Amino acid sequence: MADLKIRDLKKGFEGHAVIKGIDLDVNDREFVVFVGPSGCGKSTLLRLIAGLEEVTSGTISLDERDITDESPARRDLAMVFQTYALYPHMTVRKNMSFALDLAKVGKQEVESKVNEAARILELGPLLERKPKQLSGGQRQRVAIGRAIVRNPKIFLFDEPLSNLDAALRVQMRLELARLHKELKATMIYVTHDQVEAMTLADKVVVLSAGRIEQVGSPLELYHHPANLFVAGFIGTPKMGFLKGTISRADASGCEVELEAGCRIILPRAAEASAVGTPVTLGIRPEHIGVTDAGAGSFDVTADVSERLGSDTFCHVRTTSGEPLTIRIPGDFRDVYGECLGLTLDADRCHLFDAEGQAIRPLMRQAA
Amino acid sequence: MLTLKQTRRVHSALIGLIAWAIALLLFFPIFWMVLTSFKTEIDAFASPPQFIFHPTLDNYLHIQERSGYLRFAWNSITIALGSTVLGLLFAIPAAYSMAFHPTHRTKGTLLWMLSTKMLPPVGVLVPIYLLAKQFGLLDSRIALIVIYTLINLPIMVWMIYTYFKDIPRDILEAARMDGASTLQEIVRVLLPISKGGIASTVLLSLILCWNEAFWSLNLTSSQAAPLTALIASYSSPEGLFWAKLSAVSTLACAPIVIFGWISQKQLVRGLSFGAVK
Repeated sequence: MADLKIRDLKKGFEGHAVIKGIDLDVNDREFVVFVGPSGCGKSTLLRLIAGLEEVTSGTISLDERDITDESPARRDLAMVFQTYALYPHMTVRKNMSFALDLAKVGKQEVESKVNEAARILELGPLLERKPKQLSGGQRQRVAIGRAIVRNPKIFLFDEPLSNLDAALRVQMRLELARLHKELKATMIYVTHDQVEAMTLADKVVVLSAGRIEQVGSPLELYHHPANLFVAGFIGTPKMGFLKGTISRADASGCEVELEAGCRIILPRAAEASAVGTPVTLGIRPEHIGVTDAGAGSFDVTADVSERLGSDTFCHVRTTSGEPLTIRIPGDFRDVYGECLGLTLDADRCHLFDAEGQAIRPLMRQAA
Repeated sequence: MLTLKQTRRVHSALIGLIAWAIALLLFFPIFWMVLTSFKTEIDAFASPPQFIFHPTLDNYLHIQERSGYLRFAWNSITIALGSTVLGLLFAIPAAYSMAFHPTHRTKGTLLWMLSTKMLPPVGVLVPIYLLAKQFGLLDSRIALIVIYTLINLPIMVWMIYTYFKDIPRDILEAARMDGASTLQEIVRVLLPISKGGIASTVLLSLILCWNEAFWSLNLTSSQAAPLTALIASYSSPEGLFWAKLSAVSTLACAPIVIFGWISQKQLVRGLSFGAVK
C-alpha cells in the first residue's frame, strides 16, 4: 500500500514562496506526473515529498502516517535523480546494494535482490563495473535499479530522462512505462516535457508558479483543460487562441464575435449577463478545417508549413494578427503567402473567460 | 631560412634550456647543503669553495652522539601526525557543513578564518606562552600539536571545502535517501569520493607542521623539541660550524622530501582517478 496525502503544503526560501499551498492525493499503484514550466516548483514539491527540503507549513502523510518531519531515510521512498547521482567509487553491484547494506539486510537477501533488479533492467553483465565505465542510459538504469532493490513505497523520479539524447529518451520512456506495470509500483515523476507526462501518467498534475493548475488523466487535460494555462501547455503543436467577445448568450449556447472577423455559436453555458465580456476561444490544430479563401468562417494568410510526412503543420495568421497552427493529415501543398479560408468545429472549441477559466459546456440532454 | 619544423625544434630546445637553468638554480642550495654536510669544518669554510674533497661522515656521527637525532625525528613525526589527524577531525565536519549546508554567513566565516592567518604569530607569543605555562604544557608535544592544529586549520578547511564544493549534492542526497545517517554519508560516500583532495590536504598539513620553527623554538627546550629546534641549536652567531649545520639540516629535510616525493605520484593518481565526473 502507498497512499500519499498532501495537505496545504507551503514552502518558501528566504521569504520567497515557491510552493503556495498544494493539496494532492497520490493513490496506490498510480503513476503521477508533475509537469510545468521551469521554476514552477515541481522539483521542489518532489524534494519536499522526499524529505530533502524542510516544509514551511502543511502536512504530508503516507498511509495515514504523518511523515512531514520525518528524515528522508525513514520515509521508505526511493529517488532517481536527474544526474543519476551514482556513487562513483562503488561498482554497479555496490551502488545497488548500498541501501540494503546500511539497513543491515542479510547477505543472501541482498544478493538475490540485486540480481533480481539486474535481471529486470538487463544490468547483469555490468554489475562489477564502476559508473564511469557506463553510458548515460546504463547509468540511468543503475539509478533505477538502486531504487528497485529497496522495494520502496513510492518511487520518485526527478527529470530522469532529460540528460539522455532524444532516441534513448524514447526508449527509456517505454522501459519506465513497462517497469511501472511490471512492479505494480506507485511512482511520482517530475518533468518539464509534456510528451513524457502524456505518455507515462495515469494522473497528470500541472503546476505553475507554485500552484496546481489542474489534476487529471492525460486525455482529460487534453480535451477539457480547466484554464488557459493548461490549454496552452498541454498538446503539441500548441492550441490556437482567438480573442473575442460574447455577443449573445441563451439556453442554446453563446455566440462569440471573434476579432479575426466572424461570429460563431458555441455550445457553452454562458450567463446572459456575460454578454459583452471579453473571452478567448481555444482550438486545437487538428480541429481546424482548411478551404478556399472566402468559403470558410474567416480568412487567414498562410505562413510557412512544416511537412512531417504523416502531418503537415500549416502556420497561419488571422486578419487581426493572431497566429494559428493547423494540423492537416498527410502532405499538403506549400501555400506560403496565400489567402486561405478556415472552418472551426464548434463542438471542439474551448472557451475561456476574462480570468482564463474555462466556460463549461452545455449539459447534453440525456438520450 | 629555417623551416617551420626547425624553428619549432629551436624553440623547444630554448625552453628546455631555460627550464633546466631555473631548476638548477632552485636545486643548488640543497645540493650545496648536502655536499657541505660531507666536508670537514675546514673544507666547508674554505675559500674559494671546494668541489673536490675527501668526504667524511664525521658530522653525522657527531650529531648523533651529541644530540640523538632519532629523538628529535620522533617528536617531529608525532607532532606532525597528531596535529594533522586532529586538524582533519575538525576540518572535515566544518567543510562538510559549509559546502553542503551553507548559510548566508558561510562566506564570511571562511574569510574570517583566513584572516586569522594574517596576524603575526609573535603578536600572540606572550599570551600563548603564559597559557602553556599555566596548563603545564611547556616543552610538551601536546602544546605543539594543539597550536599547529589551530594554525593550519583555516588552510585545511579551505582546501577540503574547495574539494567538497566540486562534489554534486545529488550524490549525498542519494545516500540520504538510501538511509545513510550524516556520519555514514560522510564516511562511506563523501570521504571515499574526495580521497585525492583529503590526501593533498594531509600532505600539506604534514609539511607545514614539519617545517614550523617559530613555536617549536619558543615552547620547547629538550623533551618535545622537533627537528627544527635541533637545526637551530647548531646555528651559532659566529657561523663556525657550517658542515655540522648542513648535516643536521640535511637530516631534518630528508624525511619530508622523500615522503613528498613518494606521495606526489599517489596524489596525482588520486586526484585524476578519484574524479567525480
